[in-house]
Amino acid sequence: MSKIVKYLKSLTLKEIRQGMFLTQKYFFKRKFTVRYPEEKTPKSPRFRGLHALRRYPNGEERCIACKLCEAVCPAAAITIDSEEREDGTRRTTRYEIDLFKCIYCGFCEESCPVDSIVETDIHEYHMETKDKKVITKEQLLAIGDMYEEQIANAREQDKKYR
Amino acid sequence: MTPELLQQILFYLFGAIAIGSGMAVVSVRNTVYSALFLVLCFFNVAVLWLLIEAEFLAIILVLVYVGAVMVLFLFVIMMLDVKKVTKSQLKSGYTRAAILIAAAMLVELVMLFAYRLQNQLPADELIRQGLEYSNVAEIGMALFVDYVYPFEVAGVILLVAIVAAIMLTIRKRPENKQIDPSKQIHVNPSDRVRVVSMDAEKGNGEES
Amino acid sequence: MMETFIYLAWTMAKILAIVLSIILVVAYLTYFERKVIGFMHARLGPNRVGFLGFKLRGIGQPFADVLKLLTKEIIFPQKANKFLFVVAPMITLATAFAAWAVIPFSEGLVLADINAGLAYVLAMTSLGVYGVIIAGWASNSKYALLGALRSAAQIISYEIAMGFALVGVLVAAGTLNISGIVEGQQGGLFNWFFIPLFPLFIVYFISGVAETNRAPFDVAEGESEIVAGFHVEYSGAAFALFFLGEYANMILISALATLLFLGGWYSPFWGDSWLAQPSILWFIAKTSIFLYTYFWLRATLPRYRYDQIMRLGWKVFIPITIVWIMVVAVLKVYQIGPWF
Repeated sequence: MSKIVKYLKSLTLKEIRQGMFLTQKYFFKRKFTVRYPEEKTPKSPRFRGLHALRRYPNGEERCIACKLCEAVCPAAAITIDSEEREDGTRRTTRYEIDLFKCIYCGFCEESCPVDSIVETDIHEYHMETKDKKVITKEQLLAIGDMYEEQIANAREQDKKYR
Repeated sequence: MTPELLQQILFYLFGAIAIGSGMAVVSVRNTVYSALFLVLCFFNVAVLWLLIEAEFLAIILVLVYVGAVMVLFLFVIMMLDVKKVTKSQLKSGYTRAAILIAAAMLVELVMLFAYRLQNQLPADELIRQGLEYSNVAEIGMALFVDYVYPFEVAGVILLVAIVAAIMLTIRKRPENKQIDPSKQIHVNPSDRVRVVSMDAEKGNGEES
Repeated sequence: MMETFIYLAWTMAKILAIVLSIILVVAYLTYFERKVIGFMHARLGPNRVGFLGFKLRGIGQPFADVLKLLTKEIIFPQKANKFLFVVAPMITLATAFAAWAVIPFSEGLVLADINAGLAYVLAMTSLGVYGVIIAGWASNSKYALLGALRSAAQIISYEIAMGFALVGVLVAAGTLNISGIVEGQQGGLFNWFFIPLFPLFIVYFISGVAETNRAPFDVAEGESEIVAGFHVEYSGAAFALFFLGEYANMILISALATLLFLGGWYSPFWGDSWLAQPSILWFIAKTSIFLYTYFWLRATLPRYRYDQIMRLGWKVFIPITIVWIMVVAVLKVYQIGPWF
């Protein structure tokens, strides 16, 4: 008896009909697509995107050329040269990050004793020639100046978990 | 250009292609090319049938021979991976025998048409039928009314041949791990999976 | 002489009109497919490309795709058979378009109203397999050859079931002429052939899906097993021809299902109201339902295994159709219902 029922079920395409009704139901459901450039998904304050070098409020750059970030970088993406300035402090003369090598792990930010190198939440950047993949100290400082407020805000939000 | 002249031109054109491709079937070295030339040959013969207003037969020729039989031929040729025939093979004794047989058949055909059937051949013109004339209906009447018993006998013979071919080739192979889909689709999870309800274990479960 | 010339020119114009409209429909069918499948996945589908800076829900997407395909390079594999490699997509496209010659779009709106129309369509669709086989062989690639063999076996198997399903229609209508078959279904929803021939109708449509190598019977392409099957090696415009042929065949199968089982251009209503008038719009609407079903099936079902496909064709469909042809013959002899 159950065999006949089974045959009838397969002959009347029962399971296929069930599946078709399911997909038809989804046809009318709300869509999850995010229309990207117009709509964006919220980002975590811990998001690790493009790098930046920060300054103190008085305009002095934070980086003291301790080279901890260079040492910790697993992809060897950071290159630092340093020199003594006229006032006797040690500062970098070169601070370059190869964005193609970088794996955006955030170790540089964690290792930095003065919170100088940070990773912002910017991920929509591009370069048009291959040599632009290395960003220089000037560029990094400029990014830091431009997004200082945003960077500080994200660090503030994440403070109690650090 | 009169329609008759156009028809004659088309006849000779497609006839020539049919003969040419027929020759190519036996003379090209690549087996796949031979099969494809045979397809071309069938196609042109179908066009010739269309020219004498036998459109049903022409379409059936394309449907059966080109659409099904030759596809199977090609299928087999591709599966077998036949190597190209070398030149020495072409010159072997088989070729000479084949040419001899073909020549004999040609002579017989010419004799048949030139002497025996001379009076029965149609005159210069085609017998044209009216618009209401249906090829399909005529063939149906001939097959299923006039010649129904020979037709049925032929059908039974074909059936016997199919059954015999299957009986000769099919065999159970013990190493074959083929699964039967009809059994598979009747599988029910409740027949195979037993859900066991268990009491929660004591402790945090980290030891053990 | 002049008359012949005008006749030829007029016929050419008609052919051009049919071919151009098919190409346009194919272009938007791809858009429709992506939208339908997207919606069933709870996505939006293409919604970027529009005209003149207006997005219009991605209505310009087909043209972007065509432009992309036509400007891409056609790559010839080094050991491919160049001649057959080029010819194969042409065969696919030519046979897909040739079958449209006998399809009546509305009353009298047909290029060639030949007597054996249905047999002609069947012959032309069966020729389409050559494009696939030749493409697979000429590419000189193992994936392409495997795809071609799978496709050849599958198309032949399902052609038989399809042919038997059509025999049922022939018995019911008593003619091979497609216009004649449609005229036999005059007079409202209940006079259409899909009611007495329901099993054949289902078998016909499923075989049609298998014939066109569409999901869930797309083992000839089988992305997850044999990359893209017979057209792995094709790119650019040559690939576009295969694509065009496949979609033209899909529309053909849908149009045939409409003509043979759903009363073609006749309205489902009866009486004298404006809704009951026969029109090409009914034909288009019914064809669209089948096209939608194609995509619906693709969004719902996973791909069949190869042996399951063969079993379905030979052991399920052919017996069903043979039994139902007997039933139809009995119905025909005793003149049951409004259909015979």
